[in-house]
Amino acid sequence: MNFAQARWEEPLIFQLSRRGKIGYYSFLNDDRRKAVLENIPEKLRRRVPPSLPEVSEIEVIRHFTRLSQENYGVDTGIYPLGSCTMKYNPKVCDVIAGSHKIQELHPYQDPMNLQGILQIMYDASKYLANIVGMDGITLQPAAGAHGEYTGVMLLRAYHNDRNDKARDEIIVPDSAHGTNPASAAMGGYKVVEIPSKDGCVDTDALKSAVGQRTAGLMITNPNTLGIFERDILEIAGTVHDAGGLLYYDGANLNAIMGKAKPGRMGFDIVHINLHKTFATPHGGGGPGSGPVGVTKQLADYLPVPTVEYDGTKYFLNYNKPKTIGKVRSFYGSIAVVLRAYVFMLLHGKDGLEGVSEVAVLNSNYLAQQLRKIRGFSLPYAEGVPRKHEFVLSASTLSKETGVSALLVAKRLLDFGVHPPTVYFPMIVEESMMAEPTETVSKNELDAMIDGFKRISEEAYSNPESLRNSPTATSVTRIDEAKANRPKTMQLRWKVNP
Amino acid sequence: MSKPHPFIPNSDKSTFRDMLQAIGLESIDRLFNDIPESIRSKAALDLPSGRSEIEVRKYVEGILARNSSTRDIVSFLGAGIWPHYVPAAVEAIVSRGEFLTSYTPYQAEISQGMLQVMFEFQSLICELTRMEYANSSLYDWSTALGEAARMASRVTDRNEIVTPHYIHPERLGTLKVFSSPADIRQVEVAQERKTGAIDIADLKTKLTKNTAAVYLEYPSFLGFVEERCEEIEHLTHEAGALFIVGVEPTSLGVLKPPGDFGADIVIGEGQPLGCHMNFGGPLLGFFACKDDRLLRQMPGRIIGKTTTQDGKQDAYCMALQTREQHIRRAKATSNICTNEALLALAATIYLSLLGPEGLIDLSSTILDRTRYTCEALRKVSGVTAPAFDAFHYMEFTVDFNRTSKKVSEINDALLKSGIQGGLDLSNHFPELGQTALYCVTEVHSQNEIDKLASGLQKIVGTQKI
Repeated sequence: MNFAQARWEEPLIFQLSRRGKIGYYSFLNDDRRKAVLENIPEKLRRRVPPSLPEVSEIEVIRHFTRLSQENYGVDTGIYPLGSCTMKYNPKVCDVIAGSHKIQELHPYQDPMNLQGILQIMYDASKYLANIVGMDGITLQPAAGAHGEYTGVMLLRAYHNDRNDKARDEIIVPDSAHGTNPASAAMGGYKVVEIPSKDGCVDTDALKSAVGQRTAGLMITNPNTLGIFERDILEIAGTVHDAGGLLYYDGANLNAIMGKAKPGRMGFDIVHINLHKTFATPHGGGGPGSGPVGVTKQLADYLPVPTVEYDGTKYFLNYNKPKTIGKVRSFYGSIAVVLRAYVFMLLHGKDGLEGVSEVAVLNSNYLAQQLRKIRGFSLPYAEGVPRKHEFVLSASTLSKETGVSALLVAKRLLDFGVHPPTVYFPMIVEESMMAEPTETVSKNELDAMIDGFKRISEEAYSNPESLRNSPTATSVTRIDEAKANRPKTMQLRWKVNP
Repeated sequence: MSKPHPFIPNSDKSTFRDMLQAIGLESIDRLFNDIPESIRSKAALDLPSGRSEIEVRKYVEGILARNSSTRDIVSFLGAGIWPHYVPAAVEAIVSRGEFLTSYTPYQAEISQGMLQVMFEFQSLICELTRMEYANSSLYDWSTALGEAARMASRVTDRNEIVTPHYIHPERLGTLKVFSSPADIRQVEVAQERKTGAIDIADLKTKLTKNTAAVYLEYPSFLGFVEERCEEIEHLTHEAGALFIVGVEPTSLGVLKPPGDFGADIVIGEGQPLGCHMNFGGPLLGFFACKDDRLLRQMPGRIIGKTTTQDGKQDAYCMALQTREQHIRRAKATSNICTNEALLALAATIYLSLLGPEGLIDLSSTILDRTRYTCEALRKVSGVTAPAFDAFHYMEFTVDFNRTSKKVSEINDALLKSGIQGGLDLSNHFPELGQTALYCVTEVHSQNEIDKLASGLQKIVGTQKI
């Protein structure tokens, strides 16, 4: 448990600036530059140059290298952030994606020169559709939430096309990801939240919630507690009988590859997070990629263009009269899709099933050990195995010692363990949602378990000591309130504040 | 698991078995038995079998080899995504695992590196655009426009957005999909056929008490730069609407920034700032606004500067999270969660390398090439470049109507000599006839531009004018 993050106290890049320094090679000689600038109409000229930093290349490299050392990634250590599937991102995927054959490809080039990338998009779509049991795919959405919005718009197009316009409600369980209700609301729907029963969808509550106003239900399976919704066929039947559609939030797909397909469970629309299940690097918050799969009855509404093959060549098809249109520029996060495609080829059909098996094994192993530690529990569905993730509760610890899930999380940082997601889902008090993924070793899991044990001991013997954590990180505990108070809020650097 | 796998540490037989035993199970199937039999997959996935790294690499690189990239051929395409040189220093930093493989910085103390970078990014965008606040990225310019329209509608409680006739079709399409569920309507304002300038008389008729915002692209989709921004701003604000300006950021080295002519919201595409084209994505949307009232309605993640609780160290963390979906759920300002942080990092490094002098140098180079290319193409028989009488930046229309050749025919012919011509506009804007949108940047050499001109002369030269 020896962990120490770099502590550079690195100034802002602006503070390193010194007049006249440069970190680039000039493109133009002075005379031509002068001529060009004089040619700009008076009205359009920028009067004051932007206050960008003036630094040399080595200063830039050192600044950002130091900042990288003050950051924690999957390459640094265990990252069991629930719902985020922070697994190892294979290096070969990045190396292949570093080719100019993808990096320097322009989306409007003649398709004759794009046959390679179009084939990759076509094959990736085919594989993804097979994994989730859908008939059609769009690769365009830039992220999971963007996929959700696209899905909601597809659902809307479906109902509108059938002239079934009174449907204005989307149902979500109270354990849903925040993006689900947010996407439904953005799509113009009223969000109806239904309670859970023993951690799963309460089918009676669902039955009384559905009706002629139901446009659809958005859920994930396994759900956010990591429990497989056993009643999924009944749930699907209830929603379909009421005339609604079933939306699958693919954030938890890492649990079931090769084991069960959302299509078979009755889902009509599925989004897939390539930056989770398919191991593409999350880049500190993005890029992601959120392809959306649909059943045949919804395929006509997919965004344009779709990638198709006519037997001799691949092409982009814009001729879809019922399409919802464009959800972004161009065709998607293609560099991300390429990495996911390489990941699928590396693992293959058996390998992907193995991915899910070990992800679920690691999760259950961790859950069984952590729940035994004093102060922690695994609420709901006693005796039912978890899937790729689980939600631990620190509620007993909090009541008995005053040490909250947040303090547990902060203390874990000192052991070089990225904490689980805290305070989500909201149906568990003092929740800690952990998702180890298949790419963590038993040693790392055991070290994390030891960390929890030690925190429990500290909480019961000297709870006050936990309030000083973390101390091994580049900064100690941060004052987040100060960042939000109008008088102290600073959202940018200014030359002359 | 049949064989141990290099990415799966616990896939070796003995660890796998030990872990199963530790939780009292004989077989892995027990962990999946709760999935009802009727939906459990019986057949294997319909994918190829797994292969080794070298096999996969050969295979995929073989497929990629069928592409001709803009390094294999000379391309004059822009139109929303532009060819630029990405400095090696940018590549070196963005590929560092500590940045590359990190998640959204929910645990601020262990994520200071990325948080500080995002704070620097926001500051740089504010400096470039001369706006007060910026978020830490959205997906791309198109979705930023969709978000801006929705935000303007919320702020003004109105439901029309005025968009220029010569708007990027991808952006218009995305705007429609983002705004339709919020009952926001697009109203088109005409642009003068000769200069491309916003038709002020028409704008006056389009501004009503329903107008939430007026949207201007600057430089425009077709490369000309609007000169009456102040007048448009005045009319927009007089009508009680917000002024949204979409910008291409490299132009702001030399062009008057939107903050200086009264923009309320500035959006744009950050890809030119150190990001590869990658066949259209990922991209880097940015979003800035001018005051506190708008800030509270802004979509996306925002990073703030604070201190440690003991007040001893500067520190960074997410701010104003109560706007976001993970707190506010259905009432959030947007559903966005994953953004484009890594590309924002690239842009931060890029702008740090260039500095003010470098950026002005880049903008000037692009202007120099723009002027040179237009002059060269005007010498080709029957060609007019640009088709609009205005100041242009980086992109310009090439009018082939007097050559009696179609743009598609010309582009096919160019391609035979290794040149990808500009974007055919005949479908998007039929009134322009056979016109194409060309783009030149610092990556185009004079030699390549000359080759384009002579190639075009050969193709159209045989025609009578």
